[in-house]
Amino acid sequence: MRVQQTDRSKTPNRAVRYVYLITVFFLTLTGFGQMPIFKRYYIADIPGFGWLAQFYVTHYIHYLGAILILALVTYMIIDYLILQKKRIRLTASGYVRGTILAGILVSGLLLVIRNLAGSQFAPGFIILLDLAHLGLVMAFLMAAGYCLVRKRSWVTSQ
Amino acid sequence: MGQEISRRTFLRGGVAAAAGLAAGSIPGASAAAAPQEETQLATLLDISKCIGCGACVEACNETNAHKYPNPKKPFPKMYPNRVPVEDWSEKQDVSDRLTPYNWLFIQHAIVNLNGEEQEITLPRRCMHCVNPPCVKLCPWGAARQLENGISRIDSDICLGGSKCKKVCPWDIPQRQTGTGLYLDILPSFAGNGVMYKCDRCYDQIADGQLPACIEACPEDVQTIGPRDEIIQKAHALAKETNGYIYGEKENGGTNTIYVLPVPFEELNKAIEKGKGKPHLKPVKDTMAQANNLTTAMVLAPVAGIAAAVGKFVKRTKNSQ
Repeated sequence: MRVQQTDRSKTPNRAVRYVYLITVFFLTLTGFGQMPIFKRYYIADIPGFGWLAQFYVTHYIHYLGAILILALVTYMIIDYLILQKKRIRLTASGYVRGTILAGILVSGLLLVIRNLAGSQFAPGFIILLDLAHLGLVMAFLMAAGYCLVRKRSWVTSQ
Repeated sequence: MGQEISRRTFLRGGVAAAAGLAAGSIPGASAAAAPQEETQLATLLDISKCIGCGACVEACNETNAHKYPNPKKPFPKMYPNRVPVEDWSEKQDVSDRLTPYNWLFIQHAIVNLNGEEQEITLPRRCMHCVNPPCVKLCPWGAARQLENGISRIDSDICLGGSKCKKVCPWDIPQRQTGTGLYLDILPSFAGNGVMYKCDRCYDQIADGQLPACIEACPEDVQTIGPRDEIIQKAHALAKETNGYIYGEKENGGTNTIYVLPVPFEELNKAIEKGKGKPHLKPVKDTMAQANNLTTAMVLAPVAGIAAAVGKFVKRTKNSQ
């Protein structure tokens, strides 16, 4: 997340940015780990990566990442609304990434509800949620990659 | 008599389940209500009655044969080579363990009961957990839980990744290579067949019939009904016979409740365990660890709001 840097906001925003990047990295890694691919394709054989083949471990870390990203996203939205709104605005690529991220969060939260004992979603809806969650992550990674290469920021000065 | 009670309670549970199913057709509609104890059907297995005749196994095979895999051969070459081909199509008669062609088997044990050696026989199949990890952690939604507590794998959607087996505390689902949707996608690189397990004759239950294993049992070993009633019966039976209950608490609760006048820890030592032969060990709630984080997930946005407001307050104070 590239944010227009100013003297006042540089240090805290940098910390938030690094936490955000690390969180997104582990969310993506453990999210893909929900599919049985890391063992099949030898990635879990790499020393230190064995945990990627343990579904309950990746599931738990994914939940921890979800908690962090929810807190971070809420922090950034509220911070924008009460402090930054007059100084910065979201760019077009920021809107695209924000919308995709919102879709990932909503589908993820619905899957968390699905995982609770007693929850009953229609089977077709669960398949839709699973595919939407994965598809949106792929779209987010592509959008993030494009913005990284083209040096597109989330926000710009007013 | 046991069978009469089981049919009556079963029909009552079926009505409740049907009502729940109607509510469940709207995504999320029943999530808040979650009347698990009322809508989930459980089975009670009075193991002291089981004579190990295998009638339940035969009935299961006859009734569910049309659901068994019919793999295409030769199987696609798998990449990488480590991906195991699991082929049971030439061993369909194997009945002493769980396979894609045998969803129920009789487990034997010799135990010491009241100073005498005695053979115990137990029908073993999917436990149909109250919150089944095979269903909840399936990455494609191929495994599903019905409102009446049955967990089943949709063979039209399953890709055979075997995650359901790895997350199942009893390793119940069994894979057959060379069948299913993966053949139409990337057969060499993703998927490996279809996973199979007991679906507690969900189609028969939908028609108001009993599961085949219950219907065929000459000793009325099994009783089916709403979970809360079955739990009550299990406790009454255990009290009456000084018995031990397995399945009520395991993995956070299952819909298969065994009652036997032998501690299950002891029985677990005596049974043959291994591939396709599930254990009888205590099992902690596998879904609970992550689900316990749900409260933190609800509170996370509150923390985010507090942090942003705190920053605002600090900034305002500093500027004054």
